[in-house]
Amino acid sequence: MKKEDINVCIMRVAGTNCDAETKRAFDDLGVKAEVVHSNEIVKKRNLLDYSALIFPGGFSHGDYVRAGAIWAKEALAKIGDDLKEFVEEERPILGICNGFQVLVEIGLLPGFEGIAEYPEAALATNTPIGYHCSWVYVRHENSGKCIFTRKVAKGKVLRIPVAHAEGRFVLPKENENRYLEKLYGNDQLVFRYCAENGEPANGQYPINPNGAFHDIAGICNPAGTVFGLMPHPERSYYGWQLPDWTRRERTLTYGDGRLIFESVVEYLTKKF
Amino acid sequence: MRYRVKIEVSLKPGHSDPEGETTAKSLKGLRYPVETVKVSKVYEVFLHAKSLKEVQRHADEMCRRLLANPTKDNYRFNIEEVK
Repeated sequence: MKKEDINVCIMRVAGTNCDAETKRAFDDLGVKAEVVHSNEIVKKRNLLDYSALIFPGGFSHGDYVRAGAIWAKEALAKIGDDLKEFVEEERPILGICNGFQVLVEIGLLPGFEGIAEYPEAALATNTPIGYHCSWVYVRHENSGKCIFTRKVAKGKVLRIPVAHAEGRFVLPKENENRYLEKLYGNDQLVFRYCAENGEPANGQYPINPNGAFHDIAGICNPAGTVFGLMPHPERSYYGWQLPDWTRRERTLTYGDGRLIFESVVEYLTKKF
Repeated sequence: MRYRVKIEVSLKPGHSDPEGETTAKSLKGLRYPVETVKVSKVYEVFLHAKSLKEVQRHADEMCRRLLANPTKDNYRFNIEEVK
């Protein structure tokens, strides 16, 4: 697929945010991206016209019931078949923050056996409690499965901000160790919260900003084509988005978040 | 027939409850002899159905499909016929 043929769908509903920043990131890479309301997709049944799908951040439907739950179940009920086909064809799906919550609630992540009937993980209320917004460091743990981080070396530390109240990644207590082994075994673990030097957070706040199990900040499905993460890569796309950009000796043109967008564009141009 | 289904969604044992912990801390600060607090969510759902069995089926499905995430949540409900 030529770069100019790529057509990214950034889906929105009431309460989503950063859809414009996500679009700008793709625009900067010379890729066409459209912000489309989910009602339009339902009405036109045209999800499969797009090469990639992004569930952006925000507080979809007020985050009522659980963050991301209402949007997830609505998507399953109304465009579930198209979504399934999208995944089977290995077209990429990215969930950022609220989008990650949506992918988990849909059953696409961790998605050990495809789309799970019921969620196999959850993004629970932060510990300590409350909305947490700050710049964090995440260490790249993936060995090449995740198509969204192929341009990131394993072990590289990225600086990306988080902004959420329900971001504590948890697995069912009865299957915690088994599922963690599966995440490692399938190369599904992508980002873990860490210190600036890459040392693991070991649950320590605020290095791990939400109390996530095993410091997990982002995971992908077994195929590596569905990826969700709590940090916002579109908020660290440009160098001038960094909190210390004016204090640096040399202003960076781009931030670490760009690597994620570059990786998916490269995947699309090579795979299709 | 019209029914009221009162659904309670609570955290499974072993999952931390930051809302409960924060609330307990606050109540202790108000000098109540509080040990722990557990927070759960209650939904009152009103619906029409032909039988009690049908309501039970709907309620169970609602919990499994939307109101509870089995990773961390338990749920229970009681059903009452109302006017």
